[in-house]
Order: sequence, then C-alpha cells, then structure tokens
Amino acid sequence: MTDPDLLVLARAQFGLNIGFHILFPALTIGLAWLLLFFRLRYAGTGDAKWIAIYRLWVKIFALSFAMGVVSGITMSFQFGTNWPGYMLRVGNIAGPLLTFEVLFAFFLEATFLGVMLFGTDRVSAGFHVAATALVAVGTTLSAFWILALNSWMQTPAGFTFEDGQLIAANWVDVVFNPSFPFRFSHMMNASGLTAAFAVAGLSAWRLLRAPQDDAALRACRTGLWVAAVLAPLQVVLGDLHGLNTLEHQPAKIAAMEGHWETRSGAPLVLLAIPDEAARANRYALEIPRAGSVVLKHDPDAVVQGLSDFAPDIPPVAPVFFAFRVMVGTGLLMVAVAWAGAWATRRGRMPSRRLLWIMTAMSISGWVATIAGWLVTEIGRQPWLVTGLLRTADAIGDVPGHYLGASFAGYVFVYAVMLLAYLVVLVHLAGKGVDPGSAAVPRVSQ
Amino acid sequence: MNVDLPLVFMGLMALAILLYVLLDGFDLGIGMLMPAATRDEQELMVASIGPFWDANETWLVLGVGVLLAAFPAAHGIVLGALYLPVAAMLSGLMLRGVAFELRIKAVGWHRELWNWLFWFGSFLATFAQGWMLGRYVTGFESGFSFWVFSLLCAASLCGTYVLIGAAWLILKTEGELRRKALLWARWGLLWSGLALLLVSIATPLVSARVFARWFDFPRTFGLMLLPAMALAAWTLVWRSTGRLVRARNPRGDWAPLAGAAAIFLIAFLGLAYSLFPYVVIDRLTIWEAAAHPSSLRIVLGGFLVVLPFLIAYTAYAHRVFGGKVRGPLY
Repeated sequence: MTDPDLLVLARAQFGLNIGFHILFPALTIGLAWLLLFFRLRYAGTGDAKWIAIYRLWVKIFALSFAMGVVSGITMSFQFGTNWPGYMLRVGNIAGPLLTFEVLFAFFLEATFLGVMLFGTDRVSAGFHVAATALVAVGTTLSAFWILALNSWMQTPAGFTFEDGQLIAANWVDVVFNPSFPFRFSHMMNASGLTAAFAVAGLSAWRLLRAPQDDAALRACRTGLWVAAVLAPLQVVLGDLHGLNTLEHQPAKIAAMEGHWETRSGAPLVLLAIPDEAARANRYALEIPRAGSVVLKHDPDAVVQGLSDFAPDIPPVAPVFFAFRVMVGTGLLMVAVAWAGAWATRRGRMPSRRLLWIMTAMSISGWVATIAGWLVTEIGRQPWLVTGLLRTADAIGDVPGHYLGASFAGYVFVYAVMLLAYLVVLVHLAGKGVDPGSAAVPRVSQ
Repeated sequence: MNVDLPLVFMGLMALAILLYVLLDGFDLGIGMLMPAATRDEQELMVASIGPFWDANETWLVLGVGVLLAAFPAAHGIVLGALYLPVAAMLSGLMLRGVAFELRIKAVGWHRELWNWLFWFGSFLATFAQGWMLGRYVTGFESGFSFWVFSLLCAASLCGTYVLIGAAWLILKTEGELRRKALLWARWGLLWSGLALLLVSIATPLVSARVFARWFDFPRTFGLMLLPAMALAAWTLVWRSTGRLVRARNPRGDWAPLAGAAAIFLIAFLGLAYSLFPYVVIDRLTIWEAAAHPSSLRIVLGGFLVVLPFLIAYTAYAHRVFGGKVRGPLY
C-alpha cells in the first residue's frame, strides 16, 4: 500500500469517528441549557408538565451523553494511533488543552449527570437545579477547550520555538487565537439550534400521534421560540466567522466560494460543479459582483482565487458543496422556526402539514453542523496545523491492513449504535411523557 | 521551582490509571457477571453502578490525557504499538456504554440483545486491557511466549475485575443477590490469585529487565514484602467472604471491597517498580519522553486547581448514592 492510500484511510477513519462524535455534543450542549430552562420553569411555576418534559428529555440527554462519551474516548486514543506526528510536533500545546477539557469539564458533567438523573428524591430541589446547571456549564466548558484547540490548529498564535520544540509563549494568546471567538460562538449557537430543532421536531412527531398532549405542545413551542431567535443570529455569526476566515485562511474561503482565479468584481457562485482538473466551475449559476460584495462589502473589490495559493489548496468540490448544504439548511431553519413560532402563538395548535415539516427538520441541526465541520476541516487541508504541520507529516507507520480492519470494525459499531440511538429517540419521543418514568431507585441510607 | 515535573506526572498518570482500573473495574466486572444473574438481579446490578459509570470511565480519558500531555513522545509509540487491542477495547467500551443506556429502554428480545452486548462489551474491553498490559510490560516484543504471556494477562484481568465487581455488589446489595455475589467473589478470588501468581512468575522469565530489578540481592528480601502483602490482602478477602457467607447478621460488607482494592494497589505497585523509570520499556524514560516544562507547569496548575473539587464532588456523589440498592434505575 502506498502512502497516499494510508493517508486517505487514516483520515477516513478519524473523520468517521469525529463526525460520529460531533452529533452528540452538538445536541447535548444546547439540550443541557434547555433542560435547565425546563427545570427552572418547574421550580418557578410548580406546574408538573415542566418536570414531565424535563424527565423525558433528561433521558434523551443521558443517552446522547453516553454516546458522546464513548466516541470521545475513542478520539482521545486515535490522536495517538492515527496521528503520532501530531503530538510529537504540537503536543506541548495540544496536550494541555485536551487535559484541561477532561479536568475542568468532563468530570463535572459525568458526576452531576448522575445526580441529575437519579438524584431527584435524594437531594434537595435547590441542589437538583444546581446539578442541572453544573452539567450545562460542564458541557459548555468542554466545548470551550476543544474549540480552543481546534481554532489554534486553524489559526495558530501565541507560540514560539525553543531548541526546535514548539512551545507556548503566551497561553492567553494560544486559547484566544484569532478564530476562536468566532468559532466558539458559531458552534455554541449551532448546538442551541440542534437541540431546539430536535426538541421541537420530536415533540411535533408526538403531536401528530397525540394532538391532545399539552406537554408536547409546550416543549414544541419552547424549541421553536429558541430556534426563531438563534437561527437568524446564526446567519450573522456565520458571516462574521467567514470574514475572519477570509483574513486568516483565504484559501478555504476561495474553495467555499468556488473562486479559482483572482479578480476584481468577483461573482457570487450560487451553484456549480467545481472541476478540479480544469480548475474551473461547470454549469455555474452566478450573481455578478455579488461575491465581492459579500466578502469585501464593495462590488469592485479584488477577491483572491485558489490559483494564488496553489499547490497548498484543499479539495474544492467537498468544501464547496458542504458549504452550500450548511447555508441552505440554515436558511430553511430560519423559515421553519419563524413559521412554527407564528403558528403556535399563544398556545395554538399548528397544522398537520407544519407538524410534518417540523418532524422532518428534527435532524436539520445535525445536517448543518456536519456540513459546517466538513467545510472547516477539509477546507484547511493540506494543513493539520496551518503553516506548521501538514496532515501527511503527522501519520504514523501503522500497517494498512490494521487500519482497514479496524476501520471496518468501527463502521460496524457506529452503524449499530446510530441505528439503535435513532430508534430509541423516535420511540421515546413518540411515546411522550410517561408518568411511570418518575420512578428513581429507592435506597436506604 | 525545582520540582521533578516528569516524575510528578508519572505519579499523576499512575493515579489516574489506578483509579480507572479500580472504579471502572467493578463496572466491567459486573458487566461480565450479568449472565450469571436472574433478570431482577440484573436490574439491581445495573442500578448499583448507574450513577457512577460515566465518571468512572472518565479516569481512563484522564490517564490517556496525561500520557498525551506529559509524555507526547511515548503517546504515539505506545498507542501505535497497541493499535489493534486499543481498537478492540474502544469497541468494547462503546458497546458496553451504549448497551447500558439502551437495555433500560428496550423491551422483549431487544432487551436480551442489549444485555448480551453489555456482557460482550465488558468482556471485550477487559480482555483487550489485559492484553495491552501484557504487550506493554514485555516492550511489545513478538514471539510465541509473548503472545501466551499476553493471553495470561488478559485472563487474569478478567478474573480480577470479576472479583472487584462482586465485591462491589456485596457492598451495594442484599439478600439473595448479595449471597450470590459472595460466591462470585470467591471464584474471582481463586481465579485472580492463580493468575496473579502465574503472571508474577512469568514476568521475570519473559523480561530480563524485570528479572534484574527483582532479583538483586539483598534488595530482593525487602521487595518480597509486596508479595507478602498481596497474600495478606488475598487472605483477608477469602476470610471475610467466608465469614459473611456464614454470618446471620451481616456486618462489614465493605471488607471484601477494601481487600480487593488492596490487591489491585499491590499489583500496581509491583508493576510500577518493574517499569520505572521507563514509559516505554528499554526505549524511553519518563524524562526523555516528557513534554516541555512550560506545558507541564500549566497542566500541573490545572490539576492543583481542579483536584480538590474533583475529589470533593466525587465523594459527594458516592455519599448521595451510598447504601444498598433496592430498586431498578428507571
């Protein structure tokens, strides 16, 4: 097996794992805050419907959290098994950031999730609210450290070299590197949207089967209102993130926009098929000069094309298409969230057609998140750490058949897990709030 | 600051791994004991670890996190050499974790399937961990005797996890299940005793390094304290389980767990003594593999800030969920 094949296999395996993993944090970070909201509403109103919604979604949270934990453990090992050169070269930066995630966030989440799930009749109500809040804080802190590391890999800052070793010169600069604030807010908001659409959509699924379920309608409305606020906000945050990328990783933007050549008054390519061999777009649907307007806010501005950065450019087609999937899904989310929020105003029941649309949109957050990560991760190739370490230089000497065999194993395990997860999710949501679910283990002290 | 940072991190990593094998050890042991229990007993067994297993597993992430942060040069070598068993362990842990959540929600044959996967995942993860230990101790050498040795390590870890899982159940359950757990603990004890004995004899035989470290008279006489302590702890568990089986009024249900933990600790110390100061045997010492002091200092700062809170809220969780388990989780 030749080296490029090994690289593709190692990347495919890691990409599969990380793509599978992100599904769960993307939901749980936002859902943790929604659960806190449900719990606080119960504390404030004493209305049993809120705690019933809480009990249903805390189960889904626990399941998603467990899926995130087990696939996250896999990732922490694959850094070493698939990319030994990564730790050798930038371990002095990556190591502490990853350890901080475990130390500051992971234990906090895992421990208080136990209290959240099973502690309702063992701790005071106030402490139960506090445990819910601590889990939400933990999930957010976890994302903070991981995104700090990811952003540092995209836009490295605050480092220096000592005896040929790359070390941190200033940890504040390392953590708050140029792309971090944008990536962090974009991802946090994405998680809020993922959770909001999952809650609204799966509650809509319940309403289709049991229109009289008041708790489901209430959960559905909460999700829609959160989405109605976050979806347009995401458009703004995404635009800011894009402008930041234009400044620091212009080749990625050129691939996202399908700009092959540098020119003034660049068009906005709406749809096309990028042809890597010919270095041109086929069947392009364009708006003249709009590209310059979007990127530089000036119709005559010069926009750099991929030719300026060759040969260090990412594969164009996947970045180009994934970007369109993300933006398209995002705009659809704005429309559905607003339509849904209007249709459910003052507790009204939406039409069955709208309920079906919302059900279909349950997974929209996941689709957009995966597409967004494909854009940013494929878009930074061929670099693993921009300007410092190429992906090809981080690969180890694990034999190809080991990679192939374990890849097949992972695919099988993930397929089983994902299928089971989705079945349980739909089943739990469709069944709605089960009064028997209030039972918790009774244990003598 | 004149602290030997790599040494401190060796200690932290050892602590994380020791806590992992102790804490997730009883989770995995209980997973492997599932087929021996009735359906109602299975619910209680799962309920006894329900609030803890997520946090228990986190110690593994911390252990590998410290390896990666403090000894980046070793991280790639160790995990690269253990590529396949790591993949097997991860698959096992994934199946176990997901089965744990899903078996509670499933009904009918689905539930049986997830029960089976819960057992299988626990077994696969344990077996792979034991195998990795065997490979690691022998410096990843190839050859028939090394494979047999790894197999032996894998089998002994299964027995040891069963022992500590059963000891946990003695503490957390009552009645018929507790009585069964006492018998399981004695079986696990016999098994792990035999296996530990074989591993202790085999290790110096397959590794000249380990032989030299242990058979260095007169130091050897002092070192024999470790096997003596192991024997004492083993006897404590044997006698306490025997006493608890006969006792009418059960008291001291914590003794088997404490004894089992002592066996873990002693075995761990013996292992640490065999390896120190190498992080990859005969190839990399902890000082050669260590990350830059600037990285080690900031991680140590993080540890010092977090560790008190971590210990406090872990202790709190065990207090909240202390006592015997009387009902299923949901």
